[in-house]
Amino acid sequence: MKIIDASNMYYRDLNTMIDIETLNEKNITVKNVCGQRYIGRGLSSGVKIKVFGIAGNDMASYMNGAELEIFGNAQDALGNTMNSGKIVVHGNAGDTLGYAMRGGQIYVEGNVGYRVGIHMKEYKEMKPIIVVGGKAGDFLGEYMAGGAILVLGLNLDENEDIIGKFCATGMHGGVIYLRGKQDLYKFGKEAVKVELEDSDTSFLKKHIDVYAKGFDKDLTHIDVNSFSKYLAINKNPYSNMYCLY
Amino acid sequence: MLKEGEIRIPSGCAISGIIDIKGDRFSGQEIVKSIALMHERSNGLGGGFAAYGIYPQYKDLYALHIFYDNLEIKMKTEGFLSEHFDIESAGNIPTTPVPGVINKPLIWRYFVHPRTYMVKEDFIDEAEFTSRCVIRINKDYNGAYVFSSGKNMGTFKGVGYPEDIGKFFMLETYDAYMWTAHGRFPTNTPGWWGGAHPFTMLNWSVVHNGEISSYDANRRFVEMFGYNCTLQTDTEVITYLFDLLVRKHEMPIEKAIKVVVAPFWDDIDRESKEMQRELKAMRAVYSSALINGPFSIILGYEKGMIALNDRIKLRPLVVARKDSRMYVASEESAIRIICSSPDKVWSPKGGEPIIALLEEGTQK
Repeated sequence: MKIIDASNMYYRDLNTMIDIETLNEKNITVKNVCGQRYIGRGLSSGVKIKVFGIAGNDMASYMNGAELEIFGNAQDALGNTMNSGKIVVHGNAGDTLGYAMRGGQIYVEGNVGYRVGIHMKEYKEMKPIIVVGGKAGDFLGEYMAGGAILVLGLNLDENEDIIGKFCATGMHGGVIYLRGKQDLYKFGKEAVKVELEDSDTSFLKKHIDVYAKGFDKDLTHIDVNSFSKYLAINKNPYSNMYCLY
Repeated sequence: MLKEGEIRIPSGCAISGIIDIKGDRFSGQEIVKSIALMHERSNGLGGGFAAYGIYPQYKDLYALHIFYDNLEIKMKTEGFLSEHFDIESAGNIPTTPVPGVINKPLIWRYFVHPRTYMVKEDFIDEAEFTSRCVIRINKDYNGAYVFSSGKNMGTFKGVGYPEDIGKFFMLETYDAYMWTAHGRFPTNTPGWWGGAHPFTMLNWSVVHNGEISSYDANRRFVEMFGYNCTLQTDTEVITYLFDLLVRKHEMPIEKAIKVVVAPFWDDIDRESKEMQRELKAMRAVYSSALINGPFSIILGYEKGMIALNDRIKLRPLVVARKDSRMYVASEESAIRIICSSPDKVWSPKGGEPIIALLEEGTQK
């Protein structure tokens, strides 16, 4: 295993160093990260990177199969247009997590910011998944076109809500699972609540289990039937936007 | 060169702020380190700092920081200054050569007191008199620009990366209880010395990441109250809005914030009847003071600092607390580089102000 000390390193130098190391070494630990951008960008499968510190913006953008584990908080746009692979964040993540994500999985132990999963999409077997342990900010799943978002709402104070407002605004694909019941006014008019099916509960069980193992938590108390499921009302809501009929 | 407003270039920026709410003063080293970490968010066309508590020996005098394009306009402006103010002390602001900071204007500083008989003649107070003089210089003295006019505070700004501007003004030699900083990435207009952030009026200063879509509505509104938006850049109007609401209209700061990031009508509908009446009245009376568009700002004044996002949080903002210090920045890393283990770190919601004021009775 190779250890890189990122203290005071310029982000370009750090990423070049990681590129060179990954030619020979598949397990890399990067210590003392403080805001360096684009770590793990475009990284292919077979590589595992552990990051200690504050992961900079656009980490894992266009990532293509690698595994990242972050011990600390992640800033904005983690997993931007990520293609495949797995990201585990032992901390919180910022705004636009999983922006236009195309595949792979992101597990965040704590809370996430605004516009998480904005415009994530799916195609055939490519189905991106975001699992959030705590709460999410406004515009969760905005313009969502595919994949799945799961919010567990763990460890929230009484006055904290699992989601903010404008959830699923412009949603036209994919699925959002939120633990408990939510106020209707928090959703965009493009989403609708539907009943859970057997396939949903097994999906929820599977990913809650991955979360519990990944963060070493006992989540056996969570009842998968207590989740609310939201889908898009219309798969193509804007088809008539620019034409008269 | 075409200046702001004369050309449009079709914003990324960085902001950072630190306050010690007990009023303990510390040098500019930390704020420079914080803003430097976000180097990538700027492009070298503007950087600046506001520092509060730096002139205790002159704390009852207005500190005017002025850029001059040439000696001729300096002499002309100084004529105006000596007519309207008693000038206690004058000199150029010390700077040191830094590669990357070029084309510097003449940078002068005056500690002044308004001429009492003129203030009395106009039936106004000293603050209003000084603010009118500042507006007049910026409007009528082409080539002179007052970029700081508060008491016991000052701004330092210019064209360059913020860390270079910090070195240029030797900020490590100043001690303040509060610092704010800005790294500029101008996308709508070219960068020039006067156009760098912070934008100030009396003790108010604003650093801003984003752009104000409601600029013209806000500008027309403040111009009705005697302000003049001379810089053709959106941020200055935020400064004038707060000066107008809090200083002139004597509105509590919490209410002024509710005016500029007014709650959505849908949200007002869910409030109590009494609250609904108040919020609706404020939206109706001050509809032109609503700031729309993507922004995160740090507002500084003598009492402390306020960090604020637009209502749907289209720009980043992170807050941290450690003992008597509060930190805000565009990125968490910019806080961690100067405070590695804060007591608490969080991101405020859109439209939710972070109000970090000096403790009551703190010596300013």
